[in-house]
Amino acid sequence: MSISWPDDIFAELRAARIRQVAYVPDAGHSQLIQRCHADPAMHAVSLTTEEEGVAMLAGAWLGGERGVLLLQSSGVGNCINMLALNQECRIPLLALVTMRGEWGEFNPWQAPMGRATEPSLTAIGVRVYRADTAEAIAETVRAAAMFAFQSYRAVAVLIAQRVIGAKRFEK
Amino acid sequence: MSVSTLDRRAVVARLLRDRGGALVVTGLGGPSYDVAAAGDTPLNFYLWAAMGGAAMMGLGLARAQPGRRVVVITGDGEMLMGLGSLATIAVDAPPNLALVVLDNEHYGETGMQPAHTGRGVDLQGIARAAGFAEATMIRTDAELDALARRLFTAPGPLFATVKVSVDTPPMLLPPRDGAYLRSRFREALLGPEAHR
Repeated sequence: MSISWPDDIFAELRAARIRQVAYVPDAGHSQLIQRCHADPAMHAVSLTTEEEGVAMLAGAWLGGERGVLLLQSSGVGNCINMLALNQECRIPLLALVTMRGEWGEFNPWQAPMGRATEPSLTAIGVRVYRADTAEAIAETVRAAAMFAFQSYRAVAVLIAQRVIGAKRFEK
Repeated sequence: MSVSTLDRRAVVARLLRDRGGALVVTGLGGPSYDVAAAGDTPLNFYLWAAMGGAAMMGLGLARAQPGRRVVVITGDGEMLMGLGSLATIAVDAPPNLALVVLDNEHYGETGMQPAHTGRGVDLQGIARAAGFAEATMIRTDAELDALARRLFTAPGPLFATVKVSVDTPPMLLPPRDGAYLRSRFREALLGPEAHR
């Protein structure tokens, strides 16, 4: 298995001219978040809750900049009402979601939102792509970014928990 | 808690009188009508939902357009729903962003139910504690004039609560077709780049 998939995502974000990165700190995205902070061409903003990022990136696009939202599946639930903005205004959104509650999960409290992630996104009008292997992530992010910014749609890429590895609690 | 006599329409008209090329985002409900009443322009983006998101839209817009002033005009109920965004904005510290809360201490859109802001919750105190460069409370015409002078020039992020009366002016509805609002905004701001 490739261990460089966060680097693959970073390269795709650069190629897609992503300038603003909104995120809630997340173990699965930690390496990618570090790379975004280190890149002077990107402006990375830590949020208190994920729907802040939906609104922020809508503002960014109104102002002519593309952005990406990095979040965990639990955060998708926080975003649902705010996503009306993208749906009604046809404002693009690229969201990269690391999945919890689906593969070897230790924390049972992650299971409900993990189960509800895809149907919730679909219900509010977000197109959902899945990447179930590390090798598939780059091309999936690339296709999602193209669809989002060229077709003015909200697109989420769900990155399988199997790729990230189940969180270990026994330390 | 406090009774203000400032008229919200007059407040917004005064604040936006010398807006120049500033970009304006409005929170849903009364502030959208107030800003429309002050003069509709493509560089106003009116929210009709997305409650709690106005300030963060302002942040993304301010970062995308560092050469422009971005002014968010919203209500106290809308701001209360996005309190966390005050922390996020203060930490990111965009120098060209100003937030103005029209605070009538009530939820005007839903039947004038009392809001926390009339019961001791001090939004400008929260903004100041979060770390805003400047956070003020406006209750008089003289203070409003001072804010109007600083709104487009003071180093941000700037926060102001303007206590306004509970009077509800006649409804003046701006366009509510979201795709139209975003297209005209981007075309006015970005020109042909809007379509690339």
